[in-house]
Amino acid sequence: MKTPSAQRVFITPEGVDLRLQIASVGQRVGALVIDVAIILLVLIALTIGALLLGVGAAVGAGQLGTEIMAVIWLLGAFLLRNFYFFAFELSAAAATPGKRMLGLRVASRDGGPLKAESVFARNAMRELELFLPITLLLSGVGGDRVDGWTALLTLIWVSGFVLLPLLNKDRLRAGDIVGGTWVIRAPKQKLVRDMADESIQHRAAYVFTTAQLDAYGVHELQVLETVLRQNQPATLRVVAERIEAKIGWKRTADHHPRDFLSAYYAALRERLEQRLLMGVRRRDKHDV
Amino acid sequence: MTDTLGSQLKSQRFRQSREADWRRLEALVDKAEKRSLSRLSDSEILAIPVLYRSTLSALSVARETSLDQGTIDYLETLAARAYFFVYGSRASLGERLVSFLVYDWPRAVQSLWRETLLAAALMLLGALVASGLVWAEPDWFHAFIPADMSQGRGPEASTEALRETLAGTESGEGLSAFAAFLFTHNAQVALLAFALGFALGLPSAMLILYNGAILGAFAALFISRGLGVELGGWLAIHGVTELYAVTLAGAAGLRIGWTVAFPGARHRLDALAASGRSAGLAMGGVIVMLIVAGLLEGFGRQLIADTGLRYAVGGASALFWLAYFYIPRPGARR
Repeated sequence: MKTPSAQRVFITPEGVDLRLQIASVGQRVGALVIDVAIILLVLIALTIGALLLGVGAAVGAGQLGTEIMAVIWLLGAFLLRNFYFFAFELSAAAATPGKRMLGLRVASRDGGPLKAESVFARNAMRELELFLPITLLLSGVGGDRVDGWTALLTLIWVSGFVLLPLLNKDRLRAGDIVGGTWVIRAPKQKLVRDMADESIQHRAAYVFTTAQLDAYGVHELQVLETVLRQNQPATLRVVAERIEAKIGWKRTADHHPRDFLSAYYAALRERLEQRLLMGVRRRDKHDV
Repeated sequence: MTDTLGSQLKSQRFRQSREADWRRLEALVDKAEKRSLSRLSDSEILAIPVLYRSTLSALSVARETSLDQGTIDYLETLAARAYFFVYGSRASLGERLVSFLVYDWPRAVQSLWRETLLAAALMLLGALVASGLVWAEPDWFHAFIPADMSQGRGPEASTEALRETLAGTESGEGLSAFAAFLFTHNAQVALLAFALGFALGLPSAMLILYNGAILGAFAALFISRGLGVELGGWLAIHGVTELYAVTLAGAAGLRIGWTVAFPGARHRLDALAASGRSAGLAMGGVIVMLIVAGLLEGFGRQLIADTGLRYAVGGASALFWLAYFYIPRPGARR
């Protein structure tokens, strides 16, 4: 759902506001978890593959074989850690698989094209925001060389950078600040059917007066649109009773809640759209 | 009065007349996102901006005249997705790479010259202090260099053993794995030096100082045994490239740190985004330099045992990098 606080004014060169939605911290974390899981799975597969092939190569080609496998593993792990995010965010979708699953993408804050150096800078910062804290946590728990207190203090210091997205309204992490980027929602959305389409056959049976149509505004119309779309019989019945009571509707013999609501939706929308053309947007039932 | 049997709402008719265009744009954007822009045919690429503009105008009209929320939501996301294609970068990977190597990287390094000098001075300072300490009291060596790094090259080792470590090995066994390890390790340190710049640059500065200190401790130990010239050759062959790369990474971190502290006349976020761009470019190049250094260290150093030849390779690489970065070039873009 759209929340006004996550909406940002973003004017295209054509002068239209795209009203971009900032990705929430929860979505960002979710995408990161998916990406890290993918990286770990590939890394495990790479390790198992390298071990199996390494044993095979050692039998077949001696030390040279194991060495080649070691090189492949080292470089593969390095590329995975440092270039997984970079490569995917540089692609046409500007999103890692995790971001794509949650309908997010990286964009340049100034509206221009996303530059490779911006993507590189934003992901190089993960060294500070992601890998350093993980390393500290691991060394603080298991290592005896690093003094526990030092590790703890460093962790507190580093967590300042980790928690940065919680502290600003655009949910920028250190990498976004340095890269000049932000992460926005750009989900694939299907065109849903127009709820006025089905009302044509019911409109003759239900004729409303202007006074009855002036009971509600745009907000109620959109709630009604959602109710019709979800099509839950119990909800339809309750909403129909509410509206009937409000506008003083007399039930006919062949009354059917959905048909009634559908007809009322179309009539209300027509009325409100007519007023919209006259420059009047009635926000809700309290707006006169 | 609103008996409009059989007639549709204006907003319904509007949607029906435009819907085909929207769906076509959606299909094209889907295709481009799933694969890449190069997979679209010429006519499809030409169609996208036209469809984008008509969708954008439909969005404006729908916002002002339609109360069908489903349509407006759909148009908003579709227009945003198409926007990123129409105004996104069209350059192919190859073009970007050429532009990076020919213009962007050297220019970014040039723009970091102050920070580069500062980082180099810090490294030298670290080296001087550490060598002074080790010279006076060899036990300081262990304070600077952890045991797993020295690999037996400590003050207690005999001069002969130290000389051994500087020699090359005739066979090529184990070298490629060694080169890969060195490269990944150094690249990780360089990336960390850059990222730490965000914490006002101080950790970056400390990392560079420490790097210099390691160098100084080794130098003092080997010079005290009369192996200074040999150590110089051993270091020069790859060290010129590697230390230069680490210096540049530190310089990029210092630039970020400096901008965090003193953004100047601009808004701090804008200033940081601008510094991040040039520092990010320089860092991309640092990774390239470290690949070269890793190859030189893994293969070149072990296979070229002659000290004079080692100095020659080191000197040549120094000349190459300086000329590449700092010789002004015509044909400036952007």
